[in-house]
Amino acid sequence: MAMGKKTGPGGKGRGRKATGDKKDGQRRGMFRRRKVCKFCAERIDDINYKDVRMLAGFVPERGKVLPRRISGTCALHQRKLRTAIMRARQIALLPYVTD
Amino acid sequence: MDARKYELVYVMRPEATEAEVAEMQTQVEAIIQRVGGTLDKTEAWGRRKLAYDIGKHKEGFYVLHAITGSGELMKEIDRRFRVTEGLLRHLIVRVDEADRKAERAKTIRTEDSRRRRVARGLPPERQPGEGPQSQDSDDDERDGFEPAEA
Repeated sequence: MAMGKKTGPGGKGRGRKATGDKKDGQRRGMFRRRKVCKFCAERIDDINYKDVRMLAGFVPERGKVLPRRISGTCALHQRKLRTAIMRARQIALLPYVTD
Repeated sequence: MDARKYELVYVMRPEATEAEVAEMQTQVEAIIQRVGGTLDKTEAWGRRKLAYDIGKHKEGFYVLHAITGSGELMKEIDRRFRVTEGLLRHLIVRVDEADRKAERAKTIRTEDSRRRRVARGLPPERQPGEGPQSQDSDDDERDGFEPAEA
């Protein structure tokens, strides 16, 4: 379902093309892997705040939540992920900030 | 009174003795007894490193309880925990609705796959030796690279 709607990357690519030729040239040769929502792909229905190992993958060094445009998570799961991360933070399973 | 399922996680000081941990649990049980409800499960995660320092502590002793009861009960536990010494953190989460949703998503998915398999003239369950699941057959290659110049 969510995948069918994913028209974003194409549009973005075109936008980038208009801005700079050089960058675009470099980019064309590069293979950009298609991002798929981890939770859709692995059919994880319940994003649990106790699963620190899994959540930690979505919390980079700084301690912020990894944005959707990087991780490729779908909107529904990003929302659930965010709630789970916020809960985990409350009981010090995950950091609010790290520097 | 409608029964709801909750999870209660609390973090005690790392230097808490076994007796203190047990004492904490009896307190929880006492409140559940008094207000009404059941303690379904207790899980002691033990000492864990905290993701951030709380006061001067770098570690905490984690305990999880699964409780069935009313919102009033959880409110009372929350109130008590707020004024309890020796607790670093606690968290109460209602889980029955999320569980139900996850369950429903699962059934919908399995039914969907069964229906599709039957429509293709296959038995509803996956047979052994069918090979790996095809990689998202509804995917198309287009997303992999940039579109040609407009």
